[in-house]
Amino acid sequence: MQLALFIIFGALAVAGALNFLFQRHPINSALSLVVVMMSLAVLYWSLGAEFLAAAQVIVYSGAIMVLFVFVVMLLNAGEEERTKGSRAAYIAGIPGAVAIFCLLSFVFLTERKALGTVNLGGHLDHAVSNISELSSILFTKLLLPFEVTSILILVAILGAVVLARKEQ
Amino acid sequence: MSHLTEFQTFLLLSILKVVVVLVITLTAVAYTVLLERKVLGRIQNRWGPSRVGPFGLLQPLADGIKLFLKEELIPLAAEKPLFIIAPIIALTCSLISIAVVPFGQVHHVTANGISVDIFNIADLDIGLLVILGITSIGVYGIALSGWSSNNKFALLGSLRATSQMISYELALGLSLVGVVLRAQSLSLRTIVNSQSAHGMLSWNVFGGLQFVGFFIYLMAAYAETNRAPFDLPEAESELIAGYHTEYSSMKFAMFFMAEYANMITVACVATLLFFGGPSSPFGNLFPAIGGPFIAAILPIFWFVVKVFAFLLLYIWVRGTLPRFRYDQLMSFGWKFLLPLAMANIVFTSLVLALHAK
Repeated sequence: MQLALFIIFGALAVAGALNFLFQRHPINSALSLVVVMMSLAVLYWSLGAEFLAAAQVIVYSGAIMVLFVFVVMLLNAGEEERTKGSRAAYIAGIPGAVAIFCLLSFVFLTERKALGTVNLGGHLDHAVSNISELSSILFTKLLLPFEVTSILILVAILGAVVLARKEQ
Repeated sequence: MSHLTEFQTFLLLSILKVVVVLVITLTAVAYTVLLERKVLGRIQNRWGPSRVGPFGLLQPLADGIKLFLKEELIPLAAEKPLFIIAPIIALTCSLISIAVVPFGQVHHVTANGISVDIFNIADLDIGLLVILGITSIGVYGIALSGWSSNNKFALLGSLRATSQMISYELALGLSLVGVVLRAQSLSLRTIVNSQSAHGMLSWNVFGGLQFVGFFIYLMAAYAETNRAPFDLPEAESELIAGYHTEYSSMKFAMFFMAEYANMITVACVATLLFFGGPSSPFGNLFPAIGGPFIAAILPIFWFVVKVFAFLLLYIWVRGTLPRFRYDQLMSFGWKFLLPLAMANIVFTSLVLALHAK
């Protein structure tokens, strides 16, 4: 059951990501990105990170991507023309992607013991409520980084308001 | 049934529950439409539909047949795949969230070694977040329908709907934080249980001091479902019919059903979070009468009565209040509801902290 969930939604995420790249219309690409995010949310959930899954759906697919779609709709962006692509992308892109993939998998494989493991879907049967644990860590151990991040976001919002306001 | 494995039994029972709940919800949607037409009629001093069946009770059936048989029109300039998928997204999202709603007290039925709660499709630890998440996905149905129709009125309607829903989602989510603080859980079952001690007195809206939260929730929920007085996305006098101008036949019916299913979901959530869900308003004042069957049915009766009251309120508001202007709507959401919701959170947590001392 859990394996089936993983295969279905993993495949869906990969398919969505590929579709995101190959679609020519910005709205179709944005919608494929939504599919990717929703599949990732299901994968998070099957790993026991319920809160992360819900936050992923509410924040990313529900708010940020809606704004993306909104902007695309307002700008009335049409279909893009396909170009040959730059030569630099062909020469540097594929080896670069392979290198990053190798590096990441090397780090994850060597640090496997330090990172800890989780049983795929082990939390689905009856989930421990990890929201209270998460919040108590956020508000005790990680209070300073948490608050600093909030202030950073606040500054970014103020900056956006200042930039968007027209000079009188 | 002994030749089935545990998993298969569980799957079969779940599918059975889903089908039953879906049929009941869709019937309720059809009859909410009739209720609205009837009550609006009486508010405006006329009869409402009264020709089909006794008291017009078969009107939903006639409407359904009419909508099925109508010609399906797709504009030539429409973006066809998105045009077709938009009403599907709208309807599915509005129907899915009913899956986490508990209708009655916990009532386990054991079959083949698997015990299943028959009055709740899925009891999730993050039930409340799931409802919020699905609501926020439902925006896509409306946004895409307006854009893919390639019609300026539809586009304006869907732009209005999208910005309105995003703005009011914040106030909606924050208004529920007070309830979550009191129950210390996001599971709808736990939230309901936290209000069941002394009947009406321990409901969140009265004993829980969450009436401000309830007020904010109600306002934000009306805006989320695009209902009067916040029905700007389909303001007839300005936008023809808003985002579903170009839709006909069953696709139009799907938007229509989605709107009413959303109303029912909002009424269910308000009942669960602020009005004690399926618990009786009298608490343990009266001794339990009847056998186990009555004991199982009575909570459902209370739940349905409360949901029905919320639906009536919806219709009453639509029949009474005029439509907001767009800038009024936005400043009401951002400058009034949002700060009020934050004040409510601070106040609730202060009271809780003082209590805990």
